[in-house]
Amino acid sequence: MIVAVASGKGGTGKTTVATSLALVLETRSQILDCDVEEPNCHILLKPTILATDTVNLPVPSVDLEKCTLCGKCGEVCQFSAIVPIGKTVIAFPELCHGCGACSMLCPEEAIHEVPRSLGVVETGMAGSVEFVQGRIRIGEAMAPPLIRAVKTRIDSDKLAILDAPPGASCPVITTVKGADFVIMVTEPTPFGLNDLVIAVEAIQGLGIPMGVVINRSDIGDSAVKDFCHNKGLPLLMEVPHHRKIAEGYAKGAPLIESMPEYAHKFRKLTDDISMIIGTPSKGSSL
Amino acid sequence: MKIAVTSTGKAVESAIDPRFGRAPFILIVDDDCNLIEAIDNSTNVNAFRGAGIQAAKTIADRKVDMLLTGRCGPNAFTALGAAGIKVGIEQSGTIREAIERVKKNEVSFADKPNAEAHW
Repeated sequence: MIVAVASGKGGTGKTTVATSLALVLETRSQILDCDVEEPNCHILLKPTILATDTVNLPVPSVDLEKCTLCGKCGEVCQFSAIVPIGKTVIAFPELCHGCGACSMLCPEEAIHEVPRSLGVVETGMAGSVEFVQGRIRIGEAMAPPLIRAVKTRIDSDKLAILDAPPGASCPVITTVKGADFVIMVTEPTPFGLNDLVIAVEAIQGLGIPMGVVINRSDIGDSAVKDFCHNKGLPLLMEVPHHRKIAEGYAKGAPLIESMPEYAHKFRKLTDDISMIIGTPSKGSSL
Repeated sequence: MKIAVTSTGKAVESAIDPRFGRAPFILIVDDDCNLIEAIDNSTNVNAFRGAGIQAAKTIADRKVDMLLTGRCGPNAFTALGAAGIKVGIEQSGTIREAIERVKKNEVSFADKPNAEAHW
């Protein structure tokens, strides 16, 4: 089962929820940090990294001696990443999405692909939890191919927990695509609601079932609950604004370490999700 | 000589649009400001990325020698350079006024991009 943890707003508690969920399931879980621009599950989980693999995107390189300026490469590219212009052809590697169409269609075989580094995928262990994270190269803008590389490490025999980046754009959609369920983490404030509405709207187009976790649930107002009710979004869990949680977080400790009494709530969370999507739970038999 | 000018309208009395890739029209004129072609650039106006590159290709395919515009970003500048097109920047007023400035050698030509890449 693949569960993505997302939110519109940043700082709502995605990583807090994702890491505690992984920790209660121990060997049966796997956590994949898909927030490749600023992965932070490692702060709470303190994994031992066992392998680091570079992720490359294949981008075109043109042999101008073979090129006849037929223009096919430029016609097929949707991103202006390769352009026949004047008496030459220029490639813009930073615009290239790596589809390979230009090199495949070049009748002169004048285009070959060269690797452009996007970042790394790191794998390791956090206690008994399998840990995977993507880390984008500084200055790189193309997050989705790196996120897809992180997702190739999903072990479908486990509960794969994907920690998504905040927002509602391509990196979020790339993360949640293919998940069986999305946990939306929010807080009961006008800011939490505003961004939740946007993210729910973006993700519901993918047809993935969603549920909501309200963090710092005893602050703010009832507008988030009203929204969930009106949208038919199940309210999965509420985490109050508790001093012990905040103190633990400030020291980089996972929620279930500072509040062990929450372990059963996270186990119940996986049971509830399993029930919603109709697959046998991997969490209930603890 | 063929000159391309980014324009808000289809006539040589139209005001220059300072944007290169996303100007609604690109006018091709000769040295005496006779209109050769008014290119409708509307498909490029809403392009997600690469508007400047496509606009550069559009004018390069028409064998233009010089571009007059306001700002030119790095990718467009590279593409225009590959096509050997001189880039006159910081132009304003009407297309006709800009062509007059070319005649009087009052146009400054860019040796590097004068705008940020559009993300």
